[in-house]
Amino acid sequence: MKWLLDYLLKIKPNFDEGQKLNWLYPLYEATETILFSTDAKTKSAPHIRDSIDIKRVMILVVVALIPCYVFGAINVGYQNALSFGLERTWIENLIFGANAIIPIIVVTFVAGAFWEILFAIVRKHEISEGFLVTCALIPLTMPPSIPLWQLFIATSFGIVIGKEIFGGVGMNIFNPALTARCFIFFSYPSKISGDMVWLVGPDGYSGATALSVPASTNNADAVYLLNGITQFDYSWINLASGWIPGSIGETNKFIIFSAAAALMLMKLISWRVILGGISGLFAMSYIGTLIAPFSDNSMLSIPPHYHLVMGSFAFGLTFMATEPVTGSHTDTGRLVYGFFVGVLTVIIRSINPAYPEGVMLAILLMNAFASLIDYFVVKVNISKRMARYA
Amino acid sequence: MGENPISIHVLGICSALAITTKIDTAVVMTIAVVAVLSISNVVISLLRNNIPNKVRIIIQMSVIASLVIIADQVLKAYMYDMSKLLGVFLGLIITNCIVLGRAEAYAMQNSPSKALLDGMGNGLGYGTILIAVAFFRELFGFGSIYGAQVITNQIYLGGYENNGLMILSPGAFFILGLIVWAHRAYTETSDKD
Repeated sequence: MKWLLDYLLKIKPNFDEGQKLNWLYPLYEATETILFSTDAKTKSAPHIRDSIDIKRVMILVVVALIPCYVFGAINVGYQNALSFGLERTWIENLIFGANAIIPIIVVTFVAGAFWEILFAIVRKHEISEGFLVTCALIPLTMPPSIPLWQLFIATSFGIVIGKEIFGGVGMNIFNPALTARCFIFFSYPSKISGDMVWLVGPDGYSGATALSVPASTNNADAVYLLNGITQFDYSWINLASGWIPGSIGETNKFIIFSAAAALMLMKLISWRVILGGISGLFAMSYIGTLIAPFSDNSMLSIPPHYHLVMGSFAFGLTFMATEPVTGSHTDTGRLVYGFFVGVLTVIIRSINPAYPEGVMLAILLMNAFASLIDYFVVKVNISKRMARYA
Repeated sequence: MGENPISIHVLGICSALAITTKIDTAVVMTIAVVAVLSISNVVISLLRNNIPNKVRIIIQMSVIASLVIIADQVLKAYMYDMSKLLGVFLGLIITNCIVLGRAEAYAMQNSPSKALLDGMGNGLGYGTILIAVAFFRELFGFGSIYGAQVITNQIYLGGYENNGLMILSPGAFFILGLIVWAHRAYTETSDKD
């Protein structure tokens, strides 16, 4: 590695102030700090000595996503084999799925890197690694059948409208990855709205998702419907272990919750958001099951433990709601914020007939309210202290 | 262009969002606004020395409202379908801040000929943005420009789809925001704080 460092140091003067290649400095800086740890020192207090910087944090999150990718690829292949009625080994499934997923990843990263580098050069700041996480998240939230041009537009939208117009990483109010998905959701609803399954299969082969099975039948018990004769196996254990058609990275809840546990242990994501989210989901869906006998809406009769494994609640909560920038910043605020993400998810799923899945909308809505929650938490704290010392 | 009512002062946003799904509605709206704005500016400028200061807003409003009603009736008589498309938003020109704003800020202090030019200039500036927003929304939302289909069936068969977001009102917000962004970056009049 010595020769690489020497080379980088040798070409460094070309990018200095006043040199011809100065406008490419952000690109140089990014390459150098990705390959080698930085010797830059913090310019103001507090001076914390830690081996971790934003780059390392981001990379760890990306590493936590890798199992989701691998399982996603196997599952895409498995669903394809199922739809054609083929028998394949899991290796063949993995290869098939990888063929479907890799173009999606490449397109996302090309679009993301293009905008990030463009803005870094125009605004003369360092290239931020935030876009790596955003771009790693976007493919996982997409159906494997997504047209690549739509993906390109959506990624551009997510990076530019979701992040850059607010001033870049750390300034955004909405999660860029979810903004990108939201763009496709409203722009091209035929591909992504969540009432029909997505898979790479024969033309015209489709079916109801787990969430739209109870949504399409009135006056019935959701558990009975899901365990009854459906096109896919929607029993609880199969919903949790993810052998169902869905977006690429969200189907296997075991993998997602293990990743969540690991990230919580490393203190990269807040356990308060997760705890709040799950308790909000449980509370609201428990209320739903209480109302269910008096309503003909079968979505209300989904019990809490089913809500937990249906749709992409687990994925959204772990990787989207916990994002440090767009969520609440106070500890109490995080609990409240997570709680309402869970509550809203159930409300949108059960009560709104237009949207079978509600996690994305719930998180985006709570992103908008996150700073308001913080404001009230701080206010309450201030008045408590006033009362104590008055 | 440094004084555009929408992109610099961010006035008249409400109608800009509502009637810009297609270019033809935007064009008719532009004509109506230019007419109302220039005539009201002239009338108010003529009356400016006789308007008591305390009731000036009411008088301005009644002049503008009469003109808007006339424009509305003319449209109903000669372009009934179009007036149904524009619906309430033509009537809402009355509350469009550009019209009252120009009457209050310019016509009250200046001679009729200057006021006429000011009214036409502001109306056209408003119209330019309106038509620009409508152009993008119609192109991406319906695949057509001024009613003529430009995105052919071949492209649709190749997997292209119309963008549903552009037909919804958030689409207008995004387009408008991008136009404001581009315009301000170009003229560098944005206040840096």
